[in-house]
Amino acid sequence: MSLYTRFPGGIHPHEGMNGKPVTAALPIEELRQPARVTIPLLQHIGAPAKALVKKGDSVKMGQKIGEAAGFVSAAVHSSVSGVVVDVQPCVLANGLQAECAIIDNDFKDEWVKRQPVKDPEKLDAKALSELAGEMGLVGLGGATFPYSVKLMPPRTKLDTLIVNGAECEPYLSADHQLMLSKAKEIVEGAKRMQVAFGIEKVYVGIEKNKPDAIELMTKLCEGDPSFIVAPVPVRYPQGGEKQLVYALTKRRVKTGGLPIDKGVLVVNVGSCYALYRAIYEGTPLIDRVVTVGGCVKRPANYLVRIGTPVQWLLDASEGLLPQARMMIYGGPMMGLAINRTDIPVTKGCSGITVLEKKLMPKPESSCIRCGRCITVCPMLLCPSDIDKAMRKSDFETAEKLGAMNCLECGACSWSCPAKRSLTQSCKTCKKVITEKRRQQRQREEAK
Amino acid sequence: MQKKLIVSAAPYLHNHAATTQRIMLSVVIALLPTAAAAVWFFGGNALMLIVVAVVSAVAAEYIWQKLTHKPVTVSDMSAVVTGLLLAFNLPANAPWWLAAVGSFLAIILIKQLFGGLGQNFMNPALAARAILMLSWTGLMAANVLPHAGQWAAPVALDAVSVATPLTHGATGFTLWQLFYGDVPGMIGETCKITLLLGGVFLLVFRVIDWRIPVSFIATVAVAYFIKTGTLYSMESGAQNVLYQLLSGGLIIGAVFMATDYVTSPITGIGKLIMGVGCGVLLFVIREFSSYPEGCSFAILFMNVLTPLIDRFTGSKPFGFEKQENPAKEAKA
Repeated sequence: MSLYTRFPGGIHPHEGMNGKPVTAALPIEELRQPARVTIPLLQHIGAPAKALVKKGDSVKMGQKIGEAAGFVSAAVHSSVSGVVVDVQPCVLANGLQAECAIIDNDFKDEWVKRQPVKDPEKLDAKALSELAGEMGLVGLGGATFPYSVKLMPPRTKLDTLIVNGAECEPYLSADHQLMLSKAKEIVEGAKRMQVAFGIEKVYVGIEKNKPDAIELMTKLCEGDPSFIVAPVPVRYPQGGEKQLVYALTKRRVKTGGLPIDKGVLVVNVGSCYALYRAIYEGTPLIDRVVTVGGCVKRPANYLVRIGTPVQWLLDASEGLLPQARMMIYGGPMMGLAINRTDIPVTKGCSGITVLEKKLMPKPESSCIRCGRCITVCPMLLCPSDIDKAMRKSDFETAEKLGAMNCLECGACSWSCPAKRSLTQSCKTCKKVITEKRRQQRQREEAK
Repeated sequence: MQKKLIVSAAPYLHNHAATTQRIMLSVVIALLPTAAAAVWFFGGNALMLIVVAVVSAVAAEYIWQKLTHKPVTVSDMSAVVTGLLLAFNLPANAPWWLAAVGSFLAIILIKQLFGGLGQNFMNPALAARAILMLSWTGLMAANVLPHAGQWAAPVALDAVSVATPLTHGATGFTLWQLFYGDVPGMIGETCKITLLLGGVFLLVFRVIDWRIPVSFIATVAVAYFIKTGTLYSMESGAQNVLYQLLSGGLIIGAVFMATDYVTSPITGIGKLIMGVGCGVLLFVIREFSSYPEGCSFAILFMNVLTPLIDRFTGSKPFGFEKQENPAKEAKA
């Protein structure tokens, strides 16, 4: 019996220079600390954290500088020890400004007092959720959903935990290298969640292009029959939550629903490791692994303090190559193109990818209705129709076509022979429809 | 450094191997063996028709786009495909101007007037062929016996004196002749070997989907099997499955015409409906109308139905569940 089911759609994107084959073999190196970090108070989905420090305050490493404001929100901690220069809006990767705490590093690395959990084995869901909230944990796969919410005691019984080590995004190897260096910690973190939620089965889903990680994980899980390491096929977006759940459990997450509705909890390997550190060391989330790949002189996987500017990473990688034309915050399929290097690394940043000239897209032409976007869509949507509706501002039709289910994985745009920006159209539809629904709700509440 | 960095919307990787131009180019490549076969069987005039049709199709697109101040898109090669397909649908002794008129009709009337590439509601080459057939019936119906390997234009024969393989009661052709292409007919439809070769090429490189050609041909086969009950026998003349499959424009239609992206349904199930619909219509026209052949009209009819098919075959999103009956839920 095969361990996985094939999810619908999917693609095999080609990489340019210094892609996964190169970065996957580079062990994590700790990046030299910058003299100044810029720590955004909004690094997660939900409401921005409320600042707890002000200009002139001295802070210790790991000190909470932002407090979760609201239900869906996450705390933010200082990644260095030093003095707060200012709390002011700064430009982030998405081009928007958000409140950031700017801290001058004194390079002393003075920790705040850290308290490991006394009885890790006895942690229940409620305690885990509180701890995750205190330590500022968010999903490190890229969605940055606050773990204080994700780990809340669920209404339905959970029976499966999926540790997501698929890392299907091209160029990125941060999770891969983390699995190689911190496998034991990742498994331990997963075990705490398994116990807390009373979960029977734990899958560790890893794409087959990481044989060393699969081997290491399999060896570690040998003694525990509830842990199953599942090598999954290399197919983008295999690491998508719904895709991985379907691949490993054959369960289809309901449209608009979450894996939890089907009794499955999906956790990224980086988040597992962060949870482990929160439990056993009392360390909040202040650093993460970032892959710098593509058109840089020296690609690498760095352990980076949150708030380090992108320029610092590029300097460590000895700068861009002359043929570089595009710099991406994240991976090339779901990341954000940036043109400034003062943007800080946040909790959700898994890589900096630099693409060369020959990968740049060609100009758009007319849709020839070839149907490739439909064939590759993992959510079984019709992106070309959504695109046409969007161009006519017909968002009602777009909603009927299921635009809200779009994962934004980029497979449609990738495969389009006419080079139409189908993914962007779906994203626009999602934004507009969400806004319309919000206004609708407000109107109803006002009545 | 910051000045030369480009910012755009995700994703930033694209499949550069798939472009409209490449798709059209591979269709042209798939059609070339058939063009060679057309010249082999029907001589220099066939070559002249092909060249005139292609050149005038490209010229028509270029002139139209210049006159209407639209970006010139002849480099996407779609006009070349239209020109080739139109030439393949002409008889060997057609005058050169018929090819030129057909190409202009296809490109301007059917394609550009409806908005250009991707907007036409009928296959341009087929629609132009239909107009030519209705307007110059005599010229289009002229049947010419192939004379393989000779350059001089074949002698135009009286339409009545030469029976095409599908004229009622005709039996004079062996299966091999039909397959090899040594039969009267339009210049590009007779040689099934090269047409099927082109089809396999397009299938292997995933330019076309198997659903339309397979369901189209299978439907015709099933229909004729029900009608005649014979797969093949010499005595049954035209009244058997294989003879019907290899006659007329079925193969070129199923492989190159019905699979046109723009005018066929976009979903898998829609493509099956298209193929089956084409097959049923072809059978009906061949058997019950005064036309001996109905491939082009069958496809044109399904072209027009395509938006309707698309409307009813849209897939549900992954994980879609039917809404529970609210009354039932309330009780529970």
